[in-house]
Amino acid sequence: MLSFKLEARPEASRTMSYLSPLIAVVLTMLGGLLLFSALGKDPLEGFQVFFLNPMRSWYGVSELLLKAVPLMLIAVGLAIGFRANVWNIGAEGQFILGACAATGAALLLEDVSGPQVLLAMIVAGALGGAAWAAIPAFLRTRFNANEILVSLMLVYVAQLLVSWLVFGPWMDPDGFNFPQSKMFSDSALLPMLVEGTRLNLAFVMALGVLVVGYVFMHRSYLGFKMRVAGEAADAARYAGFSAKRMVWFGMLAGGVCAGLAGMAEVAGPMGQLTDKVASGYGFAAIIVAFVGRLNPIGIFFASLLMALLFLGGEQAQLYMSLPASISKVFQGMLLFFLLGSDLFINYRLRMRRTLAKAGA
Amino acid sequence: MKPEHAAAASDAQPRLILQGIRKVYPAVVANDGIDLRVMPGEIHAVLGENGAGKSTLMKIIYGVTRQTSGEMFWEGQPVTVENPAHARSLGIGMVFQHFSLFETLTVLENVALALPGNPDLADLARRIESVSTRYGLPVDPRRHVHALSVGERQRVEIVRCLLQNPRLLIMDEPTSVLTPQAVRVLFETLRRLASEGCAILYISHKLDEIQELCHSATVLRGGKVTGACIPSAETPKSMARLMIGKDLPACVHTAGQADGEVRLKLAGLSQASPDPFGTALKDLQLEVRSGEIVGIAGVSGNGQAELLAAISGEIPLSEAGPVQICGNQAGRLSPDQRRQIGLCFVPEERLGRGAVPSMALSDNAILTAAAAKGLVKHGLIDFRAAKAFASECIERFNVKCGGPAAQARSLSGGNLQKYIMGREIMQAPKLLVAAQPTWGVDVGAAAFIRQQIIDLRNAGCAVLVVSEELDELFEICDRIAVIADGRLSPTRPLAETSVEDIGVWMSGMWPGAESAPAAPSDQSTSDL
Repeated sequence: MLSFKLEARPEASRTMSYLSPLIAVVLTMLGGLLLFSALGKDPLEGFQVFFLNPMRSWYGVSELLLKAVPLMLIAVGLAIGFRANVWNIGAEGQFILGACAATGAALLLEDVSGPQVLLAMIVAGALGGAAWAAIPAFLRTRFNANEILVSLMLVYVAQLLVSWLVFGPWMDPDGFNFPQSKMFSDSALLPMLVEGTRLNLAFVMALGVLVVGYVFMHRSYLGFKMRVAGEAADAARYAGFSAKRMVWFGMLAGGVCAGLAGMAEVAGPMGQLTDKVASGYGFAAIIVAFVGRLNPIGIFFASLLMALLFLGGEQAQLYMSLPASISKVFQGMLLFFLLGSDLFINYRLRMRRTLAKAGA
Repeated sequence: MKPEHAAAASDAQPRLILQGIRKVYPAVVANDGIDLRVMPGEIHAVLGENGAGKSTLMKIIYGVTRQTSGEMFWEGQPVTVENPAHARSLGIGMVFQHFSLFETLTVLENVALALPGNPDLADLARRIESVSTRYGLPVDPRRHVHALSVGERQRVEIVRCLLQNPRLLIMDEPTSVLTPQAVRVLFETLRRLASEGCAILYISHKLDEIQELCHSATVLRGGKVTGACIPSAETPKSMARLMIGKDLPACVHTAGQADGEVRLKLAGLSQASPDPFGTALKDLQLEVRSGEIVGIAGVSGNGQAELLAAISGEIPLSEAGPVQICGNQAGRLSPDQRRQIGLCFVPEERLGRGAVPSMALSDNAILTAAAAKGLVKHGLIDFRAAKAFASECIERFNVKCGGPAAQARSLSGGNLQKYIMGREIMQAPKLLVAAQPTWGVDVGAAAFIRQQIIDLRNAGCAVLVVSEELDELFEICDRIAVIADGRLSPTRPLAETSVEDIGVWMSGMWPGAESAPAAPSDQSTSDL
């Protein structure tokens, strides 16, 4: 008789830790093919529409990069916290607050022109996200409240806040009662990188943050301390690294990056604040961070993949009349398969021949 | 031979025979062609250093793991032990070094959990009492485990084995947690068991104990049998040679300095434990001076962990005064601040506390030596300096590993301990506090570490060693104190005390101790 047994590996497999995201991607694609056939669509056509169509033209590629910008920004910030076991699940809310704060700066400086407007918006966006992340950080360090729950619940508060703003004080008087702010002035919009596309300066900003994140995680003493805190809390206490400071820094790094992403969204493709500003970037970035192995280089590629799932979902709606939730299904599959294959980083499957025992 | 048919013949039948047992792990051959034979009524020692393959062999006998090749015969029949439950049904019992008891349950409940089926509790309580009186192991089945001393917990483990009428009892390093007096009691019990025909496998590296207790011994080194002997016909020296392949190294220990400046002062340290089953510290007074080694003896769980955390700063105090380091009131300083004023600390747990398991040795150097060795510049880590420091430490302390890039978890316990000791000693501390500095380290390496500690003292460092090994404390210390139930005895110069005296003190009974002695391990008080 053959039986399978999960057996702990003597040492975590490095190969498997890099291989696991690739396996998850392949399985997600296979799962997609099955899904398309189950929905009565031609799986090959579905595959083409979903994964290839978005990249058919240079414009498509630029849209892909544009979508990837907020994902990579948020994911780098989250990865800094996740490495220290600080579980900030509320990047979506911090993104919204960043967008609101940047909008506030833009509206305040409506009559000013010049680069100082964008600069003020960047600072405001970062501070807005940081302020929202500071709430779970404070509650965790002061009252030991679980940061997963607090940061997650604050997402819904943030959504109500942005609704109130665009339905109330910030509603565009000439906007036919749509829930949106005034369009930003040209000084409050990020300059385009390539003529004829929507790809803007935020892409450069995101690459910059990736580099800073890389140096921070792999070269800085503070990044080292956070890694120790995440991997062995007792060793961090023994070394004298303050656990509270780790929580604060981990939460704030996520908040600042998510706030920047929110700013880039309103000052970029949207050009104004609406109540639909956050289209799930904050949650998708959690998956991006893990698919990218909490490493800025990995996060760069993972955010492109996730952006493709977003765009592919839109294409599938347009050309195959599939529901909008198709993107979410793919995101879910990706995370599901990733978690599944991650099991084999620390375990391996052993086949064992057992003899049927008499009288056992 | 038909052992089942004749009782007389079964006496001559070895209870257990191992032939050519070999166990291969992915990275190491733990057992290599081991032969062993245990007769009924025999107390058989398995002697060897850490890593010699003793534990692996016992795990194979008890069915925790399975041999790669080789045969095992139980009372003449070839047998493959599937799992510990199968081992128990054969009549093999094992008392582990680390107990597996639930602290929040009573003795009775803990025993019931280990028995097959659904035993009647009232009846079981009577059986526990009868077994425990018969073998001189008083335990009250109604008491909660968390209220028991370590010695009493061991009794619960033994009683739990005895209830299943074992014909082979495996004891894994049983005396490492006992006072010298409690060891006497344990030996009496084991002798009585053996006289009734139970075979006992006694695993230890303490040569004097084996000489006193065991009828025969098998010596392992590097996974192989290097000798068999009759301990009573040997000297500890000759057995040590079998065990480590050379003579026991001795430390060069001259008298310490008695008038150095005070580097560590505990001035009435009282602290409640954050752990509900921990020990509160009660008004501790101690001075450790430059140029001397002070030892703190005691059975584990008497406040050592709390004392060490209070000195290291891992649990900050509410007041600054009770802990003074190098003249600074340090009670409210964090561990890294205390390090900056001259403290280095070696914790008892190496993996996960003294070192991050998944990180390279060079990264683990940064953990505590960042400031002292200048491994961080402008907030960025100087990886080259960290690697150089780690390499130097590996070389000077003879750490066997795959170089500074090796993960801490890939090292054996002894080698990691050498690395951590080296990392702390090479920072040239003014005050070194070490918990169990040689626990689990092989004899040769232990002597080396002790010599390094003595050399550090000679260079003017103040050293505090907290250890459960009395032999070790008597080898290296200048003064010694005892901790029992969160209270600290006065210190005595080594020349003015003896192992026996300290053994009595370990039960909380030192001259001038408060009238109520602290939970002595040999008391069988009922909580009624």
